[in-house]
Amino acid sequence: MAEGVVMATGARSIEAPDVGEALKQAIIASGIALILFIAIVGIKTENAQGGLALIYRFGAAFSLAATVGVVRFLFDLFVWRGLGREIMQRWLPAGTLGTVMTALVIAAYLLGAYYFIVPGSRLALAETLSDIFGDNEWRSRSRIFVELTGQLVIAVFIVLSAMGIIMALRRLFSAAIPASREAVPPAARAEKTTLAEFGQQFAPALLVIAVILPVLVAGPQQRYALDTAIQILTYIMLGWGLNIVVGLAGLLDLGYVAFYAVGAYSYALLSTSFGWSFWICLPLAGILAAFWGIMLGFPVLRLRGDYLAIVTLAFGEMIRILLLNWQSLTNGPNGISQIPKPSFFGLSFDRFGGSGTKFHEFFGLQYDAVYRIIFLYYIILALALMVNFASQRLRRLPIGRAWEALREDEIACRSLGINTVTTKLTAFAIGAMFGGFAGSFFAMRQGFISPESFTFHESALILAIVVLGGLGSQIGVVVAAVALIGSSEFFRDLEDYRMLIFGASMVVIMVWRPRGLVSGRAPTVVLKEHKVISGGLVKEGAG
Amino acid sequence: MSEAGPPILQVDHVTMRFGGLVAVDDLSFAAKPREITAIIGPNGAGKTTVFNCITGFYKPTEGMIQLRHPAHPEPFLLERMEDHEIAARAGVARTFQNIRLFSGMTVLENLLVAQHGPLNEASFFSFAGLLGLKRYRKAEAEAVDFASYWLEKLGLIDRADDAAGDLAYGDQRRLEIARSMCTRPVILCLDEPAAGLNPRESAGLNDTLRWIRDEHGLAILLIEHDMGVVMGISDHIVVLDYGRKIADGAPEFIRNDPTVIAAYLGVAEDEVELVEAEVGR
Amino acid sequence: MEYFLQQLINGITLGSIYGLIAIGYTMVYGIIGMINFAHGDIFMIGAFMALISFLLVVSLGVTSVPLALMLVLFFSMLLTAAWGWTLERVAYRPLRASFRLAPLITAIGMSIVLQNFVQLTQDARVKPLPPVITGGHILTDTGTFSVSLSNIQIVIILTTTLLMAAFSFIIAKTSLGRQQRACEQDSTMAALLGVNVDRVISLTFVMGASLAAVAGLMYLLYYGVIDFFIGFVAGIKAFTAAVLGGIGSLPGAMLGGLIIGLIEVFWAGYFSTEYKDVAAFSILAIVLIFFPSGLLGKPEIEKV
Repeated sequence: MAEGVVMATGARSIEAPDVGEALKQAIIASGIALILFIAIVGIKTENAQGGLALIYRFGAAFSLAATVGVVRFLFDLFVWRGLGREIMQRWLPAGTLGTVMTALVIAAYLLGAYYFIVPGSRLALAETLSDIFGDNEWRSRSRIFVELTGQLVIAVFIVLSAMGIIMALRRLFSAAIPASREAVPPAARAEKTTLAEFGQQFAPALLVIAVILPVLVAGPQQRYALDTAIQILTYIMLGWGLNIVVGLAGLLDLGYVAFYAVGAYSYALLSTSFGWSFWICLPLAGILAAFWGIMLGFPVLRLRGDYLAIVTLAFGEMIRILLLNWQSLTNGPNGISQIPKPSFFGLSFDRFGGSGTKFHEFFGLQYDAVYRIIFLYYIILALALMVNFASQRLRRLPIGRAWEALREDEIACRSLGINTVTTKLTAFAIGAMFGGFAGSFFAMRQGFISPESFTFHESALILAIVVLGGLGSQIGVVVAAVALIGSSEFFRDLEDYRMLIFGASMVVIMVWRPRGLVSGRAPTVVLKEHKVISGGLVKEGAG
Repeated sequence: MSEAGPPILQVDHVTMRFGGLVAVDDLSFAAKPREITAIIGPNGAGKTTVFNCITGFYKPTEGMIQLRHPAHPEPFLLERMEDHEIAARAGVARTFQNIRLFSGMTVLENLLVAQHGPLNEASFFSFAGLLGLKRYRKAEAEAVDFASYWLEKLGLIDRADDAAGDLAYGDQRRLEIARSMCTRPVILCLDEPAAGLNPRESAGLNDTLRWIRDEHGLAILLIEHDMGVVMGISDHIVVLDYGRKIADGAPEFIRNDPTVIAAYLGVAEDEVELVEAEVGR
Repeated sequence: MEYFLQQLINGITLGSIYGLIAIGYTMVYGIIGMINFAHGDIFMIGAFMALISFLLVVSLGVTSVPLALMLVLFFSMLLTAAWGWTLERVAYRPLRASFRLAPLITAIGMSIVLQNFVQLTQDARVKPLPPVITGGHILTDTGTFSVSLSNIQIVIILTTTLLMAAFSFIIAKTSLGRQQRACEQDSTMAALLGVNVDRVISLTFVMGASLAAVAGLMYLLYYGVIDFFIGFVAGIKAFTAAVLGGIGSLPGAMLGGLIIGLIEVFWAGYFSTEYKDVAAFSILAIVLIFFPSGLLGKPEIEKV
């Protein structure tokens, strides 16, 4: 052991892969796995006539436990220590990992470009692969594989291209104007600056892609792709709303779905009973949700940490139970249906029926159901951008700084004359308002809502998006929402295993990056130089 | 040093009880403008509790605390005000024994949070700011200038864009002072500002505090254990022991007061001479 | 009056089950200061373990009910404890000393994993079990209404009391309990003094999970039906109970469980079944406004 330490301080230690130890650990792991699985996997309770019958599947339990052991063994040997680490450290010179990653990205980019530019190429590749694998099962598997990776590499291609184009355009325009920075960085730093500059185009590139998305996905998949995009954008919007409460003000809210529900029911009830249009109901729903946010805020002002968490959770459940049981208002578990669909400045998207001109008639187009989806897509995009704009602005305003200060140290805030009561209440109210907007949109899009849509699971999902993205980070919410919602769509073919993978990926990402995917904090005001604050310094709030 | 004029802060018969424990017992003292008043006493004498009563974090069980703000005809009764109002309206600023900075925010942001009240008003409670109106932008620029002034004075200007949590300990102490000065107070309460500082930093602190007193005409209330700082800069010292005031006066007077020495040495008053003889004073 | 008495008995029974689950929350919270959101699902696993081992024991030909129950209790506690241990090892230990929200998210993730895992392996249908402990005692009978105390209720209340006493003893008197309390106060210092903190935390999870298994068994015997989703509602109620009683306090968890159980049963009995959860949550909110640290929790002193 001491020898190892000495060697480690030398150039680079060569840690011999301890196969024996790894084997021991693997046996222990599979032993524990066997204890875990022997009953729950090994014995299935089958509902039969007159009670339950037992079906024994010990084979499955044993093989599962063995798999755990093997995986553990391989990880031990190749990933955590020994050979794998050694290969990474010793055989790949410094920076090689970066080179490999770059090579992978370039390969993905090129493949994506090929798929994107040559129509039908993905299909052709899938065909070729299927022919290699003769039998049927592998045929369909390879097809799914090509399909899934294809979507991924095309996404890589589009995002990177957009980033490049935006950077090129910016350079072009800034070259015309005299350079704002006097000192030109030395050549050695130039490359790094270019890369950093390239990285900064990520958010603008996403925005551009979002704007032209309906064109990008045109084709037989358009409707499905846009539906998924609308769903992701709804969660992004909810994530941004909750980010104000949890990420900025540091108040842990486990019942955010309540405001989503208030927004949805407000729109549904107002539009079905008074016939008001979406654009009138939207602000009203926001105001109502904000009002509920303040209602919730008042009693919980004094509560901290987990006490706050449980009361917000309880609040969310109470709203759901209320919606479930207040039959006369909400129609209980049957929900509210026939919520008016959106119209384009009074032009209906319907094909027949009703009065007034139809959208397709007005523009002289062939009727297509997808027009409505495209319109909905742009509405949610606009709403989400508005929420983003508002929260970015708020962050740079005194109130936003007060939220963050509250998260960092409540007592210091009070000593500086900040009224923490109103500061907390505004955070709750504004977060709730954004949730209310998202809720109205949801109700309009679905045309039908019921308490089923507003369970704790939704709150947990939104919170997971905020935390996985990195508390307080706007772009983090986007990345996390795309990763979580997108991946659960991605794995649709796996059906039963989808939620299992979803939960497991939450655990894995969090263990891998406890601070979230985007963990740095950008300062809201800069004197001389913009420096990103490392996530380790940023507190998470006591509330 | 101005001898004349009414005190800016007057503490009258303040008692603070926590259950059965009497942390501060019938304490009265006054702090004058343009003076540095030090509160000293052994550990557990109730010094920080007095601070917490003055700044509104505790409500005293009995007694009255008056603050005469130059811009206000009527004195503020601090024991009846909320902590944030005391800071925002009465102009009482404080620092903390265990530094309380917003460590994940930059130095400059820390100072802007301290100017929250006026800035928030200028942003028209966020509406004007949300629309990006000129009025707010101007106010913010002024706030940044004011913050830069204090950073310059306390030698932190080069760290303005660094996270407060990244600063060295001494810098953090100074930043906390700069931050409380950004609330534009009339009285500054410092809870052990020299704790953990090296002798050079400590001397620098003395200069800074004197400068704040003379240049800005502030009253400073100070809790400190470092007798070098206390004796060096205080105009007036209040000594507490077990929550009671045992002495009150100029530094020279306190230095020779047998009660004070007894309290510090932990012996009865009549044994002081004996002990002093032993330690060879 | 008779009606009241009957509701009281039912409430205490339900409260005992909640209390047993709540202890798991409160012990984990006490020692590592995090909400183990997956604990409700550990309870659900416990109920399934009880169901499976009961069916297994019966199919192996054990006919004596007490013997069968003892075996079931033993196996389900053992197997569920293994799940509790694994949960901590996989989802929480890597995040120890990390920031507070990270383990909360892994907990939610694990809760989703556990639910779906059980749904996959045992399917989504409701699993019935015919009454095992039957019979009871009529306490009073006015002719129109009789108050009864069933044997299963006696078993539940007795078991809970016994376990409660045993756990109080473990915490108060044994070396393990002392180590647990030391870790609760200051885990760094405890580690410096030679306490194996990892082991103590693991054991806490094991203890919490085995109590959840007991609660699972009781639930199974009392209600006779379980499915993969019971963990959620029961978990939230038990968590509410733990917070109500003052999270971190063992007697508080039991008290909170009883209060939540009683509120639910009385509200359902006298007002409406639909709003019994609303009533329980409202009481929680009201109590926390006046006792921000719960009924028996240590008040959090704001250090300035």
